[in-house]
Amino acid sequence: MFDDFFIRALIAGLGIALVTGPLGCFVVWRRLSYFGDTLAHSALLGVTLAYSFELNIALSVFIISSLIALILIQLQKKTNLPGDALLGLLAHSSLAVGLVVIGFLTFIRFDIMGLLFGDILAVTTDDLLIIWTGGAVILIVLKLIWKPLFASTVNYELAEAEGLNPDRAKAIFTILMAAVIAISIKMVGLLLITGMLIIPAAMARNISDSPQKMVLFSIIGGLLSVLLGLFSSLEFNTSSGPSIIMAALVLFILSLLNIKQSIKLKN
Amino acid sequence: MSSENSTLVKLNNAGFKQNDKWLVEGVSLTVKKGKIVTLIGPNGSGKSTTAKIALGIYKNIEGSVEKYTNKVGYVPQKISIDWTLPLRVYDFMLLTENIKDEAIDEALTLTGVIHLKNKNLGNLSGGEFQRVLIARAISKKPELLVLDEPVQGVDYTGEIALYELIKRISDTLNCGILLISHDLHTVMTATDHVVCLNGHVCCSGTPMDVAKNNEYKTLFGEQASQILSVYEHKHDHVHSDKGEIKKN
Repeated sequence: MFDDFFIRALIAGLGIALVTGPLGCFVVWRRLSYFGDTLAHSALLGVTLAYSFELNIALSVFIISSLIALILIQLQKKTNLPGDALLGLLAHSSLAVGLVVIGFLTFIRFDIMGLLFGDILAVTTDDLLIIWTGGAVILIVLKLIWKPLFASTVNYELAEAEGLNPDRAKAIFTILMAAVIAISIKMVGLLLITGMLIIPAAMARNISDSPQKMVLFSIIGGLLSVLLGLFSSLEFNTSSGPSIIMAALVLFILSLLNIKQSIKLKN
Repeated sequence: MSSENSTLVKLNNAGFKQNDKWLVEGVSLTVKKGKIVTLIGPNGSGKSTTAKIALGIYKNIEGSVEKYTNKVGYVPQKISIDWTLPLRVYDFMLLTENIKDEAIDEALTLTGVIHLKNKNLGNLSGGEFQRVLIARAISKKPELLVLDEPVQGVDYTGEIALYELIKRISDTLNCGILLISHDLHTVMTATDHVVCLNGHVCCSGTPMDVAKNNEYKTLFGEQASQILSVYEHKHDHVHSDKGEIKKN
Protein backbone atom coordinates (compact mmCIF):
# COMPACT_ATOMS: atom_id res chain seq x y z
CA MET A 1 0.00 0.00 0.00
CA PHE A 2 2.77 2.43 0.95
CA ASP A 3 6.33 2.49 -0.23
CA ASP A 4 9.01 1.16 2.09
CA PHE A 5 10.57 4.56 2.53
CA PHE A 6 7.27 5.96 3.78
CA ILE A 7 6.80 3.15 6.31
CA ARG A 8 10.35 3.81 7.53
CA ALA A 9 9.64 7.52 7.81
CA LEU A 10 6.48 6.80 9.80
CA ILE A 11 8.27 4.51 12.23
CA ALA A 12 11.12 7.01 12.59
CA GLY A 13 8.79 9.97 13.09
CA LEU A 14 6.66 8.23 15.70
CA GLY A 15 9.81 7.22 17.60
CA ILE A 16 11.04 10.80 17.56
CA ALA A 17 7.68 12.15 18.74
CA LEU A 18 7.71 9.83 21.75
CA VAL A 19 10.99 11.41 22.87
CA THR A 20 10.43 15.05 21.90
CA GLY A 21 7.11 15.08 23.81
CA PRO A 22 8.48 14.87 27.36
CA LEU A 23 11.78 16.61 26.55
CA GLY A 24 9.85 19.44 24.88
CA CYS A 25 7.90 20.04 28.09
CA PHE A 26 11.17 20.67 29.92
CA VAL A 27 12.35 22.93 27.09
CA VAL A 28 9.20 25.02 27.56
CA TRP A 29 9.29 24.94 31.37
CA ARG A 30 12.99 25.79 31.60
CA ARG A 31 12.86 28.35 28.75
CA LEU A 32 15.42 26.53 26.70
CA SER A 33 14.05 27.05 23.20
CA TYR A 34 17.03 29.14 22.08
CA PHE A 35 19.37 26.66 23.65
CA GLY A 36 17.71 23.95 21.54
CA ASP A 37 18.12 26.13 18.45
CA THR A 38 21.80 26.61 19.15
CA LEU A 39 22.42 22.89 19.48
CA ALA A 40 20.45 22.29 16.30
CA HIS A 41 22.46 24.87 14.32
CA SER A 42 25.68 23.28 15.46
CA ALA A 43 24.36 19.98 14.13
CA LEU A 44 25.26 21.09 10.58
CA LEU A 45 28.90 21.03 11.60
CA GLY A 46 28.32 17.56 13.00
CA VAL A 47 26.87 16.41 9.68
CA THR A 48 29.78 17.76 7.66
CA LEU A 49 32.23 16.02 9.98
CA ALA A 50 30.26 12.80 9.57
CA TYR A 51 30.69 13.04 5.77
CA SER A 52 34.34 14.05 5.96
CA PHE A 53 35.41 11.23 8.23
CA GLU A 54 32.72 8.73 7.22
CA LEU A 55 31.19 8.65 10.68
CA ASN A 56 27.62 7.90 11.64
CA ILE A 57 25.64 11.15 11.31
CA ALA A 58 23.69 10.79 14.58
CA LEU A 59 26.85 10.01 16.54
CA SER A 60 28.81 12.87 15.00
CA VAL A 61 25.95 15.35 15.57
CA PHE A 62 25.64 14.15 19.16
CA ILE A 63 29.34 14.73 19.81
CA ILE A 64 29.40 18.21 18.25
CA SER A 65 26.19 19.31 20.00
CA SER A 66 27.48 18.08 23.37
CA LEU A 67 30.72 19.94 22.72
CA ILE A 68 28.85 23.16 21.91
CA ALA A 69 26.83 22.75 25.12
CA LEU A 70 30.08 22.37 27.10
CA ILE A 71 31.58 25.47 25.44
CA LEU A 72 28.40 27.39 26.29
CA ILE A 73 28.65 26.44 29.97
CA GLN A 74 32.31 27.54 30.04
CA LEU A 75 31.52 30.85 28.29
CA GLN A 76 28.72 31.52 30.76
CA LYS A 77 31.17 31.09 33.63
CA LYS A 78 33.99 33.14 32.10
CA THR A 79 32.28 36.08 30.41
CA ASN A 80 29.77 38.70 31.45
CA LEU A 81 27.79 38.42 28.22
CA PRO A 82 24.09 37.69 28.59
CA GLY A 83 22.91 34.16 27.86
CA ASP A 84 21.03 34.96 24.66
CA ALA A 85 24.07 36.71 23.14
CA LEU A 86 26.23 33.65 23.88
CA LEU A 87 23.59 31.37 22.37
CA GLY A 88 23.41 33.51 19.24
CA LEU A 89 27.17 33.62 19.00
CA LEU A 90 27.49 29.85 19.16
CA ALA A 91 24.48 29.13 16.95
CA HIS A 92 25.55 31.34 14.06
CA SER A 93 29.26 30.73 14.25
CA SER A 94 28.85 26.96 14.29
CA LEU A 95 26.35 27.24 11.41
CA ALA A 96 28.83 29.41 9.50
CA VAL A 97 31.73 27.03 10.13
CA GLY A 98 29.52 24.15 9.01
CA LEU A 99 28.58 25.91 5.76
CA VAL A 100 32.19 26.86 5.02
CA VAL A 101 33.32 23.29 5.56
CA ILE A 102 30.58 22.12 3.18
CA GLY A 103 32.02 24.53 0.61
CA PHE A 104 35.36 22.73 0.84
CA LEU A 105 33.85 19.28 0.52
CA THR A 106 33.33 19.62 -3.23
CA PHE A 107 33.67 15.88 -3.74
CA ILE A 108 30.41 15.19 -1.91
CA ARG A 109 27.02 16.25 -3.25
CA PHE A 110 25.08 17.72 -0.34
CA ASP A 111 21.35 18.00 -0.13
CA ILE A 112 21.32 21.25 1.84
CA MET A 113 17.55 21.51 1.75
CA GLY A 114 17.30 18.01 3.20
CA LEU A 115 19.68 18.93 6.01
CA LEU A 116 17.82 22.11 6.87
CA PHE A 117 14.27 20.87 6.53
CA GLY A 118 14.39 17.11 6.80
CA ASP A 119 14.08 14.42 4.17
CA ILE A 120 11.93 11.34 4.61
CA LEU A 121 13.65 9.64 1.71
CA ALA A 122 16.88 9.71 3.67
CA VAL A 123 15.70 7.50 6.54
CA THR A 124 17.37 4.09 6.38
CA THR A 125 16.79 0.93 8.41
CA ASP A 126 19.94 1.74 10.38
CA ASP A 127 18.45 5.12 11.25
CA LEU A 128 15.37 3.39 12.64
CA LEU A 129 17.56 1.34 14.93
CA ILE A 130 19.39 4.47 16.11
CA ILE A 131 16.15 6.40 16.66
CA TRP A 132 14.40 3.67 18.63
CA THR A 133 17.31 2.47 20.75
CA GLY A 134 18.61 6.02 21.24
CA GLY A 135 15.09 7.19 22.01
CA ALA A 136 14.56 4.40 24.55
CA VAL A 137 17.82 5.28 26.30
CA ILE A 138 16.88 8.98 26.38
CA LEU A 139 13.47 8.21 27.89
CA ILE A 140 14.90 5.85 30.52
CA VAL A 141 17.51 8.42 31.58
CA LEU A 142 14.89 11.16 31.66
CA LYS A 143 12.72 8.97 33.88
CA LEU A 144 15.68 8.43 36.23
CA ILE A 145 16.47 12.16 36.58
CA TRP A 146 12.82 13.25 36.50
CA LYS A 147 12.50 14.04 40.21
CA PRO A 148 15.56 16.30 40.63
CA LEU A 149 15.11 17.86 37.19
CA PHE A 150 11.46 18.66 37.74
CA ALA A 151 11.96 19.86 41.32
CA SER A 152 14.78 22.19 40.30
CA THR A 153 12.68 23.44 37.38
CA VAL A 154 10.03 24.49 39.90
CA ASN A 155 12.55 25.87 42.40
CA TYR A 156 16.28 25.30 42.37
CA GLU A 157 16.89 26.07 46.03
CA LEU A 158 14.21 23.71 47.31
CA ALA A 159 15.69 20.89 45.25
CA GLU A 160 19.22 21.68 46.40
CA ALA A 161 18.24 22.13 50.06
CA GLU A 162 16.34 18.85 50.15
CA GLY A 163 19.24 16.89 48.73
CA LEU A 164 18.24 16.21 45.11
CA ASN A 165 21.45 17.28 43.33
CA PRO A 166 19.88 19.50 40.66
CA ASP A 167 23.21 20.42 39.02
CA ARG A 168 23.86 16.84 38.00
CA ALA A 169 20.31 16.50 36.65
CA LYS A 170 20.78 19.67 34.60
CA ALA A 171 24.05 18.43 33.10
CA ILE A 172 22.47 15.09 32.16
CA PHE A 173 19.48 16.89 30.64
CA THR A 174 21.83 18.94 28.44
CA ILE A 175 23.29 15.71 27.07
CA LEU A 176 19.77 14.37 26.45
CA MET A 177 19.00 17.51 24.42
CA ALA A 178 22.05 16.89 22.25
CA ALA A 179 20.98 13.27 21.84
CA VAL A 180 17.42 14.05 20.77
CA ILE A 181 18.70 16.51 18.18
CA ALA A 182 21.12 13.88 16.92
CA ILE A 183 18.43 11.26 16.37
CA SER A 184 15.89 13.60 14.78
CA ILE A 185 18.06 15.71 12.46
CA LYS A 186 17.56 13.61 9.30
CA MET A 187 13.84 13.51 9.71
CA VAL A 188 12.91 17.02 10.83
CA GLY A 189 15.91 19.03 9.66
CA LEU A 190 18.11 21.26 11.75
CA LEU A 191 16.09 24.46 11.33
CA LEU A 192 12.91 22.87 12.61
CA ILE A 193 13.92 20.48 15.38
CA THR A 194 13.22 23.03 18.10
CA GLY A 195 9.72 23.41 16.68
CA MET A 196 9.16 19.70 17.19
CA LEU A 197 10.22 20.15 20.81
CA ILE A 198 8.27 23.31 21.58
CA ILE A 199 5.04 23.33 19.58
CA PRO A 200 3.47 20.06 20.85
CA ALA A 201 4.49 20.99 24.41
CA ALA A 202 3.02 24.49 24.02
CA MET A 203 -0.19 22.94 22.68
CA ALA A 204 -0.25 20.57 25.67
CA ARG A 205 0.24 23.47 28.13
CA ASN A 206 -2.98 25.03 26.86
CA ILE A 207 -5.05 22.00 27.78
CA SER A 208 -3.28 20.63 30.89
CA ASP A 209 -3.61 21.32 34.59
CA SER A 210 -0.83 19.04 35.82
CA PRO A 211 2.73 18.26 34.68
CA GLN A 212 1.90 14.60 33.97
CA LYS A 213 -1.03 15.55 31.73
CA MET A 214 1.13 18.05 29.89
CA VAL A 215 3.73 15.40 29.13
CA LEU A 216 1.03 12.97 27.96
CA PHE A 217 -0.70 15.51 25.69
CA SER A 218 2.65 16.66 24.37
CA ILE A 219 3.48 13.09 23.29
CA ILE A 220 0.03 12.61 21.74
CA GLY A 221 0.34 15.96 19.97
CA GLY A 222 3.76 14.99 18.61
CA LEU A 223 2.52 11.62 17.36
CA LEU A 224 -0.49 13.21 15.63
CA SER A 225 1.75 15.87 14.07
CA VAL A 226 4.04 13.20 12.63
CA LEU A 227 1.11 11.21 11.22
CA LEU A 228 -0.66 14.24 9.73
CA GLY A 229 2.58 15.81 8.55
CA LEU A 230 3.97 12.74 6.84
CA PHE A 231 0.74 11.87 5.06
CA SER A 232 0.41 15.42 3.75
CA SER A 233 4.09 15.39 2.83
CA LEU A 234 3.41 12.30 0.71
CA GLU A 235 0.23 13.75 -0.71
CA PHE A 236 1.53 17.21 -1.63
CA ASN A 237 5.18 16.29 -2.14
CA THR A 238 6.43 18.75 0.50
CA SER A 239 9.46 18.44 2.79
CA SER A 240 8.80 16.27 5.82
CA GLY A 241 10.04 18.71 8.48
CA PRO A 242 7.87 21.71 7.55
CA SER A 243 4.85 19.43 7.01
CA ILE A 244 5.17 17.94 10.51
CA ILE A 245 5.70 21.34 12.12
CA MET A 246 2.69 22.75 10.26
CA ALA A 247 0.55 19.89 11.52
CA ALA A 248 1.78 20.69 15.05
CA LEU A 249 0.85 24.33 14.50
CA VAL A 250 -2.68 23.34 13.47
CA LEU A 251 -3.02 21.32 16.69
CA PHE A 252 -1.72 24.30 18.68
CA ILE A 253 -4.34 26.57 17.12
CA LEU A 254 -7.05 24.01 17.92
CA SER A 255 -5.87 23.98 21.56
CA LEU A 256 -6.32 27.77 21.66
CA LEU A 257 -9.93 27.38 20.48
CA ASN A 258 -10.45 24.91 23.30
CA ILE A 259 -9.33 27.54 25.84
CA LYS A 260 -11.66 30.19 24.47
CA GLN A 261 -14.59 27.79 24.63
CA SER A 262 -13.89 26.78 28.21
CA ILE A 263 -13.64 30.44 29.25
CA LYS A 264 -16.99 31.10 27.59
CA LEU A 265 -18.53 28.16 29.38
CA LYS A 266 -17.28 29.44 32.72
CA ASN A 267 -18.75 32.90 32.22
CA MET B 1 26.66 10.57 75.54
CA SER B 2 24.52 11.05 72.48
CA SER B 3 24.77 14.80 72.14
CA GLU B 4 26.94 14.31 69.05
CA ASN B 5 24.41 11.88 67.56
CA SER B 6 21.52 14.24 68.09
CA THR B 7 23.27 17.03 66.20
CA LEU B 8 21.56 17.58 62.85
CA VAL B 9 23.55 20.45 61.45
CA LYS B 10 26.52 22.34 62.77
CA LEU B 11 28.04 25.54 61.41
CA ASN B 12 31.65 26.20 62.36
CA ASN B 13 32.69 29.80 61.89
CA ALA B 14 30.80 29.79 58.59
CA GLY B 15 30.51 32.74 56.24
CA PHE B 16 29.57 33.53 52.66
CA LYS B 17 30.95 36.19 50.34
CA GLN B 18 29.20 37.37 47.17
CA ASN B 19 30.79 39.86 44.78
CA ASP B 20 33.52 40.57 47.34
CA LYS B 21 30.97 41.49 49.96
CA TRP B 22 30.42 39.39 53.04
CA LEU B 23 26.75 38.54 53.39
CA VAL B 24 27.45 36.94 56.72
CA GLU B 25 30.59 35.74 58.46
CA GLY B 26 31.78 33.88 61.51
CA VAL B 27 28.56 32.06 62.32
CA SER B 28 28.73 29.05 64.61
CA LEU B 29 25.57 27.30 65.64
CA THR B 30 24.22 23.82 66.21
CA VAL B 31 20.72 22.50 65.60
CA LYS B 32 19.89 19.35 67.53
CA LYS B 33 16.95 16.97 67.46
CA GLY B 34 13.87 18.34 69.17
CA LYS B 35 15.36 21.83 69.54
CA ILE B 36 14.30 25.10 67.97
CA VAL B 37 17.05 27.55 67.10
CA THR B 38 15.83 30.99 66.05
CA LEU B 39 17.76 33.50 64.01
CA ILE B 40 16.85 37.12 64.58
CA GLY B 41 18.36 40.31 63.26
CA PRO B 42 17.58 43.35 61.13
CA ASN B 43 17.05 43.24 57.34
CA GLY B 44 20.23 42.32 55.51
CA SER B 45 21.82 40.88 58.61
CA GLY B 46 22.41 37.52 56.94
CA LYS B 47 19.61 35.39 58.38
CA SER B 48 18.50 33.80 55.10
CA THR B 49 22.14 33.46 54.02
CA THR B 50 22.89 31.57 57.23
CA ALA B 51 19.95 29.26 56.57
CA LYS B 52 21.16 28.63 53.02
CA ILE B 53 24.65 27.87 54.30
CA ALA B 54 23.15 25.36 56.74
CA LEU B 55 21.15 23.79 53.90
CA GLY B 56 24.14 23.49 51.61
CA ILE B 57 22.66 25.75 48.93
CA TYR B 58 25.75 27.95 48.98
CA LYS B 59 28.79 25.94 47.99
CA ASN B 60 31.86 28.18 48.27
CA ILE B 61 31.66 29.10 51.90
CA GLU B 62 34.20 30.05 54.51
CA GLY B 63 34.37 27.82 57.55
CA SER B 64 32.49 24.56 57.44
CA VAL B 65 29.07 22.95 57.69
CA GLU B 66 28.52 19.50 59.08
CA LYS B 67 25.17 18.09 58.06
CA TYR B 68 24.09 14.81 59.63
CA THR B 69 20.75 14.30 57.92
CA ASN B 70 19.31 14.25 54.44
CA LYS B 71 15.72 14.38 55.57
CA VAL B 72 15.27 18.12 55.28
CA GLY B 73 12.17 20.26 54.92
CA TYR B 74 12.71 23.83 53.74
CA VAL B 75 10.35 26.79 53.63
CA PRO B 76 12.24 29.53 51.78
CA GLN B 77 11.60 33.20 52.38
CA LYS B 78 11.19 34.03 48.75
CA ILE B 79 10.05 31.54 46.19
CA SER B 80 9.59 32.41 42.58
CA ILE B 81 7.73 29.77 40.67
CA ASP B 82 7.44 29.96 36.95
CA TRP B 83 3.81 29.70 35.91
CA THR B 84 4.65 28.15 32.58
CA LEU B 85 4.32 25.00 34.67
CA PRO B 86 0.87 23.58 35.22
CA LEU B 87 1.22 22.73 38.91
CA ARG B 88 -1.47 21.85 41.42
CA VAL B 89 -1.00 21.95 45.18
CA TYR B 90 -1.02 18.15 45.05
CA ASP B 91 1.86 18.03 42.52
CA PHE B 92 3.81 20.55 44.60
CA MET B 93 3.48 18.35 47.69
CA LEU B 94 5.24 15.56 45.78
CA LEU B 95 7.99 17.83 44.51
CA THR B 96 11.07 16.43 46.23
CA GLU B 97 9.81 13.15 47.64
CA ASN B 98 7.08 10.65 46.87
CA ILE B 99 4.78 10.98 49.85
CA LYS B 100 1.73 8.84 50.57
CA ASP B 101 -1.65 10.44 49.95
CA GLU B 102 -2.60 10.11 53.63
CA ALA B 103 0.49 12.05 54.70
CA ILE B 104 -0.29 14.77 52.17
CA ASP B 105 -3.88 15.07 53.38
CA GLU B 106 -2.74 15.12 56.99
CA ALA B 107 -0.20 17.91 56.43
CA LEU B 108 -2.63 20.00 54.39
CA THR B 109 -5.28 19.54 57.07
CA LEU B 110 -2.87 20.61 59.82
CA THR B 111 -2.07 23.87 58.02
CA GLY B 112 -5.73 24.39 57.10
CA VAL B 113 -5.53 24.23 53.33
CA ILE B 114 -6.83 20.73 52.52
CA HIS B 115 -9.63 22.31 50.43
CA LEU B 116 -7.00 23.67 48.03
CA LYS B 117 -5.45 20.29 47.22
CA ASN B 118 -6.48 20.25 43.57
CA LYS B 119 -6.19 23.99 42.96
CA ASN B 120 -3.56 25.40 40.67
CA LEU B 121 -0.65 26.73 42.71
CA GLY B 122 -0.66 29.99 40.74
CA ASN B 123 -4.18 30.83 41.90
CA LEU B 124 -3.45 30.82 45.63
CA SER B 125 -3.23 33.92 47.79
CA GLY B 126 0.05 34.73 49.54
CA GLY B 127 -1.12 33.37 52.88
CA GLU B 128 -2.59 30.23 51.34
CA PHE B 129 0.62 29.58 49.46
CA GLN B 130 2.62 30.02 52.67
CA ARG B 131 0.44 27.40 54.38
CA VAL B 132 1.04 25.03 51.45
CA LEU B 133 4.79 25.62 51.74
CA ILE B 134 4.70 24.70 55.44
CA ALA B 135 2.54 21.65 54.72
CA ARG B 136 4.97 20.48 52.06
CA ALA B 137 7.93 20.85 54.39
CA ILE B 138 6.32 18.93 57.29
CA SER B 139 4.64 16.22 55.20
CA LYS B 140 8.05 14.67 54.55
CA LYS B 141 8.43 14.06 58.29
CA PRO B 142 11.86 15.66 58.15
CA GLU B 143 14.57 15.45 60.76
CA LEU B 144 15.58 19.03 60.09
CA LEU B 145 13.13 21.83 59.31
CA VAL B 146 14.45 25.15 58.05
CA LEU B 147 11.75 27.80 58.17
CA ASP B 148 12.59 31.21 56.74
CA GLU B 149 9.85 33.56 57.89
CA PRO B 150 7.27 30.80 57.48
CA VAL B 151 4.17 32.77 58.41
CA GLN B 152 4.68 35.85 56.23
CA GLY B 153 1.38 36.97 54.75
CA VAL B 154 -0.66 34.71 57.02
CA ASP B 155 -3.52 36.32 58.94
CA TYR B 156 -2.97 37.03 62.65
CA THR B 157 -4.95 34.12 64.11
CA GLY B 158 -3.41 31.81 61.55
CA GLU B 159 0.04 33.03 62.53
CA ILE B 160 -0.41 32.00 66.16
CA ALA B 161 -1.91 28.65 65.16
CA LEU B 162 0.95 27.97 62.77
CA TYR B 163 3.61 28.75 65.35
CA GLU B 164 1.83 26.40 67.74
CA LEU B 165 1.81 23.81 64.98
CA ILE B 166 5.53 24.27 64.38
CA LYS B 167 6.21 23.80 68.09
CA ARG B 168 4.02 20.70 68.16
CA ILE B 169 5.77 19.23 65.13
CA SER B 170 9.15 19.80 66.74
CA ASP B 171 7.92 17.80 69.73
CA THR B 172 6.06 14.99 67.95
CA LEU B 173 8.57 14.41 65.16
CA ASN B 174 11.44 15.25 67.49
CA CYS B 175 12.97 17.17 64.60
CA GLY B 176 15.33 20.10 64.88
CA ILE B 177 14.12 23.45 63.62
CA LEU B 178 16.11 26.40 62.35
CA LEU B 179 13.66 29.27 62.38
CA ILE B 180 13.98 32.78 61.04
CA SER B 181 11.48 35.30 62.23
CA HIS B 182 10.92 38.97 62.82
CA ASP B 183 8.09 38.38 65.23
CA LEU B 184 9.73 38.40 68.64
CA HIS B 185 6.44 37.90 70.52
CA THR B 186 5.27 34.61 69.13
CA VAL B 187 8.61 33.05 68.46
CA MET B 188 10.22 33.44 71.82
CA THR B 189 7.73 31.25 73.63
CA ALA B 190 8.94 28.25 71.73
CA THR B 191 12.61 28.92 71.11
CA ASP B 192 15.39 27.02 72.85
CA HIS B 193 18.26 29.04 71.50
CA VAL B 194 18.39 32.48 69.89
CA VAL B 195 21.12 33.67 67.57
CA CYS B 196 21.10 37.39 66.97
CA LEU B 197 22.75 38.30 63.68
CA ASN B 198 24.00 41.52 62.23
CA GLY B 199 26.40 40.42 59.51
CA HIS B 200 28.04 38.33 62.22
CA VAL B 201 26.77 36.74 65.43
CA CYS B 202 26.16 39.69 67.72
CA CYS B 203 24.97 37.54 70.59
CA SER B 204 23.39 34.18 71.22
CA GLY B 205 21.93 32.10 73.99
CA THR B 206 18.55 31.48 75.56
CA PRO B 207 15.91 34.16 74.89
CA MET B 208 16.60 35.53 78.38
CA ASP B 209 20.35 35.77 77.84
CA VAL B 210 19.88 37.54 74.54
CA ALA B 211 17.33 39.94 75.97
CA LYS B 212 19.80 41.02 78.63
CA ASN B 213 22.62 41.47 76.13
CA ASN B 214 23.59 45.07 75.51
CA GLU B 215 24.38 44.60 71.83
CA TYR B 216 20.91 43.18 71.34
CA LYS B 217 19.43 46.19 73.11
CA THR B 218 21.25 48.62 70.82
CA LEU B 219 20.22 46.62 67.76
CA PHE B 220 16.55 46.21 68.58
CA GLY B 221 15.89 48.85 71.22
CA GLU B 222 14.84 48.67 74.85
CA GLN B 223 11.27 47.70 74.00
CA ALA B 224 12.26 44.58 72.15
CA SER B 225 14.36 43.56 75.07
CA GLN B 226 11.34 43.78 77.33
CA ILE B 227 9.30 41.67 74.95
CA LEU B 228 11.89 38.92 75.14
CA SER B 229 12.11 38.90 78.89
CA VAL B 230 8.34 38.58 79.16
CA TYR B 231 8.57 35.35 77.28
CA GLU B 232 11.04 33.71 79.56
CA HIS B 233 11.44 30.21 78.26
CA LYS B 234 9.17 27.72 79.98
CA HIS B 235 9.17 24.07 79.06
CA ASP B 236 6.42 21.67 80.01
CA HIS B 237 8.82 18.83 79.42
CA VAL B 238 12.50 18.11 79.29
CA HIS B 239 14.47 16.13 76.77
CA SER B 240 16.52 13.14 77.75
CA ASP B 241 19.98 13.07 76.27
CA LYS B 242 18.66 10.67 73.64
CA GLY B 243 16.28 13.41 72.59
CA GLU B 244 13.23 11.62 73.98
CA ILE B 245 10.58 13.70 75.66
CA LYS B 246 10.06 13.40 79.38
CA LYS B 247 7.12 15.22 80.90
CA ASN B 248 7.87 17.29 83.99
